[in-house]
Amino acid sequence: MQSSWPEKKNARAGHSVAEALPRHGRRWLLLLCLFALSVIMVGPIVWTISTSLRTPAASFSLPPKWLPTDMALENYAEVFARIPFWRQIFNSFFVTLSTVFGQLCTAALAGYAFARLDFPGKTLLFWLVMATLMIPLQATIIPVFVLISRIGLSDSLAALIVPALFTAFGTFLLRQYFMQAPKEFEEVALIDGANQWYIFSRVYLPLTAPGLAVLAVLAFNGTWNEFYRPLVFLITDANFTIPLGLNTLKGYMMTGSISVVLAGVSLSLIPVILVYLFGQRYLIEGIMVGGLKG
Amino acid sequence: MQTAVTARKRTSLAGWLTEPTLAGMRRRKALLGYLFVLPTILGILVFTAGPVLVSFGLSLYKWNVFRPPTFVGLENYSRLVSDTRVLVSFANSARFVILAIGLQIVFSLLLALALRQRMATWMRYYFRTTFLLPFLLSGAATGVVLSYLLHQEFGVVNYYLGLLGIPRIPWLTSSDVVLYTVVLAYLWQFVGFSLITMLGGLSNISSEVLDAAEVDGASGWSWLWQIVLPMLSPTLLFSAVIGVIGGLQIFDQPYVMTRGGPGDASRTAVMTLYEAAFKNQEIGYASSIAVILFVVILAITAFQFAMSKRWVFYQ
Repeated sequence: MQSSWPEKKNARAGHSVAEALPRHGRRWLLLLCLFALSVIMVGPIVWTISTSLRTPAASFSLPPKWLPTDMALENYAEVFARIPFWRQIFNSFFVTLSTVFGQLCTAALAGYAFARLDFPGKTLLFWLVMATLMIPLQATIIPVFVLISRIGLSDSLAALIVPALFTAFGTFLLRQYFMQAPKEFEEVALIDGANQWYIFSRVYLPLTAPGLAVLAVLAFNGTWNEFYRPLVFLITDANFTIPLGLNTLKGYMMTGSISVVLAGVSLSLIPVILVYLFGQRYLIEGIMVGGLKG
Repeated sequence: MQTAVTARKRTSLAGWLTEPTLAGMRRRKALLGYLFVLPTILGILVFTAGPVLVSFGLSLYKWNVFRPPTFVGLENYSRLVSDTRVLVSFANSARFVILAIGLQIVFSLLLALALRQRMATWMRYYFRTTFLLPFLLSGAATGVVLSYLLHQEFGVVNYYLGLLGIPRIPWLTSSDVVLYTVVLAYLWQFVGFSLITMLGGLSNISSEVLDAAEVDGASGWSWLWQIVLPMLSPTLLFSAVIGVIGGLQIFDQPYVMTRGGPGDASRTAVMTLYEAAFKNQEIGYASSIAVILFVVILAITAFQFAMSKRWVFYQ
């Protein structure tokens, strides 16, 4: 290994264009590129918000105005007039919060059992859970749809919530966190006369709060943004969640004003942006662990 | 003594469990274990594992929901291979995945390496946040926004390209262009996601190794090929696997932007499945599409892992 280093130094003598630039010049060029890219990433979102505040007549104006000039809040009122948006906001929150809560409960229980309790068949059951991680939504959606209609849940929010209460990924994730928690705490608790439920709920669950936060943030974003299952399961406007509502609003407004649709889009962004602001550490940790479906 | 214990076991289950011995505790823990995994196992059996098997079964039937299903053997599959719309949609999905996932990995790797540069903390924070921002939004929302921005006549994108002297591009209305538009839209939304993965992968490589090789004068290319890529190969494999699985199932954003059109030019496999099952009520036929999609995803994932033995380097 050592002997090959001088060779590389020689190889460097064959200069490239990049090498010809002074080092700090390259750095500035790179920062400039990064900055230009970041403008492309954020531009559409800034344009959405500023256009949502523009009078419908001016919403197509070119060149685009990047600062909101009109402050036309009537676009926001129009969203609520066109579609049952209050209802859809409620639906989105109801579905998302129930799903997040349900996943936290089921995954915490199962993750704890797989990490810290011994029972015959544990390994087999754990591999069953892991194997279902590989199954794409598309491979299950039709039978689940049939099942949902058979038990009379189609076109209801329960159709979205019930199948989503269980999570192979969340179970796997929380198992990791429970496994990292020190074993000794259980022994101490036992000496104090704690029972098994107490050891789970009062000793180990609080220790895995970061893991619960990761799962909560991922599940919140995933469910809030979900489009495919709502599209399949829901029929009535009043039962729609927000992404589906935006899709219909876009259809209504085909020939009308886009600023109304963009007002709806802007409102839909608020919760995920807030969750990001307060939980970005957990979101980023979650992405690194590898979890985001869809 | 021993007989007393067994007698107690037989007479009282509660006593058997509450026995204040190590064995009793082991039994309590085992019971608790079963209770704890029960919801998840049941849920997974009913809503994931069971339905996969049912999908295979349904694909052998002709069923339009209103009449009872009739067994047709492999007829759905033979219809599928001669259904041009299905074939086109699978070809579109394949082209989309190769382009989109390839570019996503290259771009996010370059971005991650660029962000390794010395820069102020707020700057790094600003870049990371702005690149991740589109990923936070729903595919429906970004689909709506991008379809306005990419409008051929009134779109902001063509306006700015016009300033550079580029003629108006029919982003969403030309069947030659639309698939590339879908790829670009995907990249815009998802490059931040894999950027975070890459940054995670890079942070696992000790910076001494990366910097030492750099200081030592390994030229840019050999530094990338001989140090960075081998060290990062587990992350690259992970990104490729996740990307292909997700990319083959992409629906929201292209559906909202194009509805699969113009013609079938941006129709993906999942859109065909959706229409067959939930628009045309052809449950059996749609199931056969689902089965093919599932098998393709499994096969590609298995292939990626098999190939990875050759190029993935675990520390």
